[in-house]
Amino acid sequence: MVTRDGSSVRRLALPLKGWFQRFAFALLLAAAFGLMVLGRADNGFVARLRITIADAVMPVLDALSRPIATTDALVERGRALVALYAENERLRDENARLHRWQAVALELERQNVGLRDLLNVVDGPRPTFVTARVIADSGGAFVRTVMINAGARDGVREGQAVVNGDGLVGRVVEVGKRSARVLLLIDLNARVPVLVQSTRVPAILAGDNSERPRLALLPADSQVAPGQRIVTSGQGGMLPPGLPVGIVVAVDESGATVRAFVDWYRLEYVRILDYALPGILPTTRIAGRVGPLR
Amino acid sequence: MTPSLLRRLDRSARGAIPLVVTLLLVLLAALPIPLPAFAPVTPALTVICVYYWSIHRPDLLPLVATFLVGLVQDALQGTPLGMSSVVLLGVQGVVVSQRRFFLGKTFLVEWWTFMLVAPGAAILTWVLASLYFTTPLSPRPLGVQLLLTIALYPIANWAFARLRQSLLHGA
Repeated sequence: MVTRDGSSVRRLALPLKGWFQRFAFALLLAAAFGLMVLGRADNGFVARLRITIADAVMPVLDALSRPIATTDALVERGRALVALYAENERLRDENARLHRWQAVALELERQNVGLRDLLNVVDGPRPTFVTARVIADSGGAFVRTVMINAGARDGVREGQAVVNGDGLVGRVVEVGKRSARVLLLIDLNARVPVLVQSTRVPAILAGDNSERPRLALLPADSQVAPGQRIVTSGQGGMLPPGLPVGIVVAVDESGATVRAFVDWYRLEYVRILDYALPGILPTTRIAGRVGPLR
Repeated sequence: MTPSLLRRLDRSARGAIPLVVTLLLVLLAALPIPLPAFAPVTPALTVICVYYWSIHRPDLLPLVATFLVGLVQDALQGTPLGMSSVVLLGVQGVVVSQRRFFLGKTFLVEWWTFMLVAPGAAILTWVLASLYFTTPLSPRPLGVQLLLTIALYPIANWAFARLRQSLLHGA
């Protein structure tokens, strides 16, 4: 787009342009580094800038991600058709088993209600929720987060637990007006207070960016075995207790690895739970929350 | 409107194509593709874009544009804001400073050079992310990502070349 008027002007302008280019290069590089440093120092400005950009692009992403979801649903339907007979057999089996369980559960529930009445148990708040769609995932190797198409205007707040039908997904870490970012519990920075469901042994589930988060800070003499279910403990008050998280798959000296119930590559719709116990602590100060380590 | 104004408008619209395509690919890379284990190894599409346009039309992808592309990418992916900008500016800086080398070279040379530039960008990303999170991150997904990125380059190159021939002839 250079106007070709006279070579003498260009001969003069070229070195100038080169000098300016180098200056701009250094300036922009410094700006990018500066943003990283500011962001590392947990500056509110950088977080706001990030979510503002994400918010602005969100409608486009929302529109683009719809056909993908539809295609996936179609493929899934085709696959289901192929496996119809076997699936039906399996479900019949499962249904019979669940019927037996249902009878047991009803009996236990009745018993539980009676016992709670006797003991005057104080119940935690019942979580309300917002349902949102996943519109972007972190296409990178170093963070495991997703963006959802609900934000502050829908009642999403920082710190809220995110679940889907399978179990705990993660926690809301950034909230824009119409979008929010969810830190998956497999992210390097995620920490979730959990329990081994059968033995009630408390632990912290720590993500490491792989698909298998680790159980850390187990009490020294605790027995953990593969196959045990892990649920949230509700410690810290941010997550409702008893949300299914995953299953212990391997145990070694330093802890155990857990396979989460959630399929990380098929996150489509998620529920954002509003479970903050009112008026105890500001959400960012609660110990044992799922969130970036400082 | 005078024809010359129309032509100018047309030309600047065409001139914005590299930036628009790059931004579109940032969005594309962020979409949740329901493939097992794909998200951590999504190819570095922006590195391809910046490399290609820096060789062929550096005038249409100014440094500021690269900087902004990096910011949008970081904001969408949740990576530290500014990290992608540093990496992309690095790629652009290297390529533009060696531009004489690329003049009149064949596609194969361009691809070979990309096989040097892309790992450089990947390593820089890894170093920056590890510094930011103050822990050595697992470099394993990076290897797969790198292979995918390099394998994708010929296709991207072909598509961009078509785009350049058909739309950017006069711009």
